[in-house]
Amino acid sequence: MEISVRVPTAIDVVEEAVDLVARHCLAAGLPAATARFKLRVALSEALANAIIYGNRNDSEKSVEVRVVVTSQTIAVHVSDEGDGFNPADIPNPTLPDGLEQTSGRGLFLIREMVDEVRFNEKGNSICMMMRRA
Amino acid sequence: MSFTKRKDEAKGVVVLGVDGQLIVGNRHELKQKALDALEAGDRKFLIDFTSTGYIDSSGLGVLVSMSKKIREAGGELRLAGLNEDLRTLFELTKLDSLFDIEDTIEKALESF
Repeated sequence: MEISVRVPTAIDVVEEAVDLVARHCLAAGLPAATARFKLRVALSEALANAIIYGNRNDSEKSVEVRVVVTSQTIAVHVSDEGDGFNPADIPNPTLPDGLEQTSGRGLFLIREMVDEVRFNEKGNSICMMMRRA
Repeated sequence: MSFTKRKDEAKGVVVLGVDGQLIVGNRHELKQKALDALEAGDRKFLIDFTSTGYIDSSGLGVLVSMSKKIREAGGELRLAGLNEDLRTLFELTKLDSLFDIEDTIEKALESF
């Protein structure tokens, strides 16, 4: 099964988009606790990153969310129309110097919330993998 | 989602409630409520997460920012009512070392 949702570049639609995708993932067999919290946090982060840093708030652009369900996993791909980034450039926000920073925890949280994270070569598409029940 | 604001007159604490999500789309609204109260002279703040679903990194970031502003003004900020998932977020990011987190609203109010 595969579903695809095109999300406008607008911060105020993130919550609604997260809710929609989480409900689909729950119906596809993602454990309820994961769908209720971990997926929502990870997807909210990925969408915010795509909108703010990827598409740079350009309303002419959009973000694609694609959910691919296999027998063992649910993969949520979030792709923007930006130039991409190198995940290795993002510092660890839990080091003492980063604790009082008001940003920079997004990618760290995504990695903590899902089972596996992959990026495409360009760095403008993230794939968040979660095991099914 | 919405934010509530009330004042515990006995303790002089402004209690801000997060009903729903604290995320990139609404974080400034919460901060503004705290800044307005700070401007009005309030110095004791408690954020009630009893009815909160999830928080993203922008939400965590705005809490860090509020904490700084309140501290700079000589005030205190406490958090309470976090469920296990929310508490885990603070532990993973090590923000539990930055914030004063109490289990319940009652305990938090007593601690001021």
